[in-house]
Amino acid sequence: MNPSAERIREKFPTAFVRAEVIWAETTVYLHPESVGDVVRYLHDDEAERYDYLSDVTAVEYRDLELPLQVVWHLRSLPFRRFLRLKAEIPRGAPLSVPSVYPIYKGADWLERECYDMFGIEFVGHPDLRRILMWEQYAEGYPLRKDFPLRGRFSRSEQLRQALAAEPESRYSMTELTIADAFEDLPLEMRQRLAGGEKTGE
Amino acid sequence: MGLTARPDRQLVTVAPQSQEGWVATRLDFLVNWGRANSLWPMPFGTACCAIEFMATAASKYDLARFGMERMSFSPRQADVLICAGRVPFKLAPVIRRIWQQMLQPKWCISMGACASSGGMFDNYAVVQGIDTIIPVDVYVPGCPPRPEGLIYGIMMLQEKVKRERMSDERLRDEMEPDPTSKLYIPASAIDELSEPFGNSVHQTRSGL
Amino acid sequence: MAEKRTVEVALSTSGLDAEGRPQRIPLVVDDGGRVTTLEAPLSIEPELEGEHMLINLGPQHPATHGVLRLVLELDGETVVRCIPHVGYLHCGFEKIGEYRQYNQIIPWTDREDYLNSPGNNVAFALGAERLFGVEITPRCTVLRVIAMELSRIMSHLVWLGTTCIDIGAFTPFLWSFQERERIYTLLEQWIGARLTTTLTRVGGMGADIPDGWMDGLRDFTHTFPKTIAEVDRMVTRNGIWVGRTIGIGVMSAADAVNAGLSGPLLRASGVAYDVRKDFPYLDYETYDFDVPVGTNGDVYDRFLCRMEELRQSVRILEQAAARLPDGPVNVDDARLILPPKSKATSEMESMIHHFKQVMEGPRPPIGETYVAVESPKGEKGYYFVSDGTPKPVRWRIRPPSYVNLSAIPQMVEGHLLSDVIAINASIDIVMGEIDR
Repeated sequence: MNPSAERIREKFPTAFVRAEVIWAETTVYLHPESVGDVVRYLHDDEAERYDYLSDVTAVEYRDLELPLQVVWHLRSLPFRRFLRLKAEIPRGAPLSVPSVYPIYKGADWLERECYDMFGIEFVGHPDLRRILMWEQYAEGYPLRKDFPLRGRFSRSEQLRQALAAEPESRYSMTELTIADAFEDLPLEMRQRLAGGEKTGE
Repeated sequence: MGLTARPDRQLVTVAPQSQEGWVATRLDFLVNWGRANSLWPMPFGTACCAIEFMATAASKYDLARFGMERMSFSPRQADVLICAGRVPFKLAPVIRRIWQQMLQPKWCISMGACASSGGMFDNYAVVQGIDTIIPVDVYVPGCPPRPEGLIYGIMMLQEKVKRERMSDERLRDEMEPDPTSKLYIPASAIDELSEPFGNSVHQTRSGL
Repeated sequence: MAEKRTVEVALSTSGLDAEGRPQRIPLVVDDGGRVTTLEAPLSIEPELEGEHMLINLGPQHPATHGVLRLVLELDGETVVRCIPHVGYLHCGFEKIGEYRQYNQIIPWTDREDYLNSPGNNVAFALGAERLFGVEITPRCTVLRVIAMELSRIMSHLVWLGTTCIDIGAFTPFLWSFQERERIYTLLEQWIGARLTTTLTRVGGMGADIPDGWMDGLRDFTHTFPKTIAEVDRMVTRNGIWVGRTIGIGVMSAADAVNAGLSGPLLRASGVAYDVRKDFPYLDYETYDFDVPVGTNGDVYDRFLCRMEELRQSVRILEQAAARLPDGPVNVDDARLILPPKSKATSEMESMIHHFKQVMEGPRPPIGETYVAVESPKGEKGYYFVSDGTPKPVRWRIRPPSYVNLSAIPQMVEGHLLSDVIAINASIDIVMGEIDR
């Protein structure tokens, strides 16, 4: 058992749910809303020094009784330790956990991908939008268990949407503000600007 | 893919022993020889097949002996689009735009299983064959195809180029896929037609 | 015919209207089609403040090492802002992994980081074996080390070739692909495939090495250092190379650790984190090798780190080749390893084992595990969650290039457009792994 698990239980008794060891890896289960504080402690404390964020991801089980889990993999490079944190979100509760971006810059794209694939909102992330699928992707969140393998739309519909898309429509609003200084924006982009789409600054 | 209707033009069948003159056939031969032996590829390389394409272009399986060592990454200067690798739906408008930017005469080689049919990626994200988006001349199977396989495909394309005739009026017609075409039969009609065996329009069964 | 008139058109404004857009001066066209100016002349104030340019690099571009799209805001040639777009090669690997048995997923691990196929196969097998709770044989352990180091050399050779060609040196590309052909020949003799190898199975390897294969490997390890030396002579102290790579794309150690970078990118910034040394696997602690660590964190340091890793990989290969033990390659577990065909067609029990493994697949116990290896790009991790069924509930790939690439805006801002290409090459990305 990783000694950090004990220290988390002592310092954050309300946040701590349980700790497990499986295949020599320690997993600490926390309440979703307190993940930010625990991670901040693990990063800053001199005895912990978990300075490296390996991964942020989520797990949804096929069994509908089990909650959706958000997983953080942390490493302490000075002490050569590995710790897994999990937050369980019960079914029906809003899918939202605190973002660890203020602590680890590496969480930027990892959390964006988790949002893209699962629909989990990371509160405090500066720019939470889709990253692997295009921003206007309408079929849903691919890695959820109720999302079919081949997508919700039929093949012909997916193909029709692919053929109708223009490469220029894949600019984000931040980029469109750069292009705003030029004349002759394509119509689709002008419509998005006129429609009041936020620039995400 | 729908074809825009052209009621005013008739199909011209070109018989092998046609009445073309000697000059026309010699000119055909010269033009096709020039084109076939200097196809400048546009490597639209996305994944593993792109690495095998690079290996084909490298020293052991030299592409320079086919006149194809000059990779043209600008579609304006390319002759053959070699789509090497899987194409997801996010990339589909890009490959279509690149195909439209290429100037005639142009050909397309679909290299690998993923470009030809979606390959092992039968899921929500991958185009099930780029021939649903752009017209393909040669399909090279393999995952990834060996360099010899790609070279065989290139030689097959050279044969196709050499069989072209300038008298064929419809050879260089650009066919745009028409999303409003009546060939997109509505799903309910397809269901009715394909009873009881089912069809691939509703590919949402997730068991496999 | 109207007489020609030259008119002075002068601007009294800065050229921008209230909303900051370039102001258009309307010219009045009368019924006769003649163009006249405004009523009152305006005074000229030349405006030297330039606009920033929006350049879209990709997704199809020879230098982006795959379908990466970088949207750059340029002030002249200097990059002011860089916004990367990924996802142009997203193929739903993790989703498919939930619909395949563990041995069936191994071909997908080839295709995600396709430059490091054997390495990915080994990493996946290590994770699955931990999940199943099996221990592999000593021979298999050493063979997997050989596979991982060959794969590291393969990947670094592509990096070398493409980086040189991006910066302008064409010849090392041909040399590195020539060396890759030699490794391809070795892999083809071993497993039958050149690039996408599917080398391992849960509990062992797809095939044992054929007779005489070790001689081929020794040949390779004897002659490969000469090629590295040749590239070194040509490039490392070359004025153009040094001028284009020193001081470019600097990433400090603290920033790099906080950003989750790994691999040679992190080590060039001075952080000595290598999964083989810090969290060893496959008996790496028993091998004698060094891990190069840089000082400045620029493109040149990353280049030097990877070149040195090539030499260290050769060292590990020689040690592994010397210590390869005899014995079985696959673990002796009838639930995991397919029986030989001769037994499966004659003995009832073997036939049942074969049937169960192929139709249903081996079932791991309920649990989860995260295994990390040092891939040529960085810390490559596979996270498995099992609910006791033959197909995983969740198969997560921790992609090193994905996290490495997220740091590109920080590295690129302030540099010139041509430096963007050099920096992108130095990160050594593989879009298959980034987008999965």
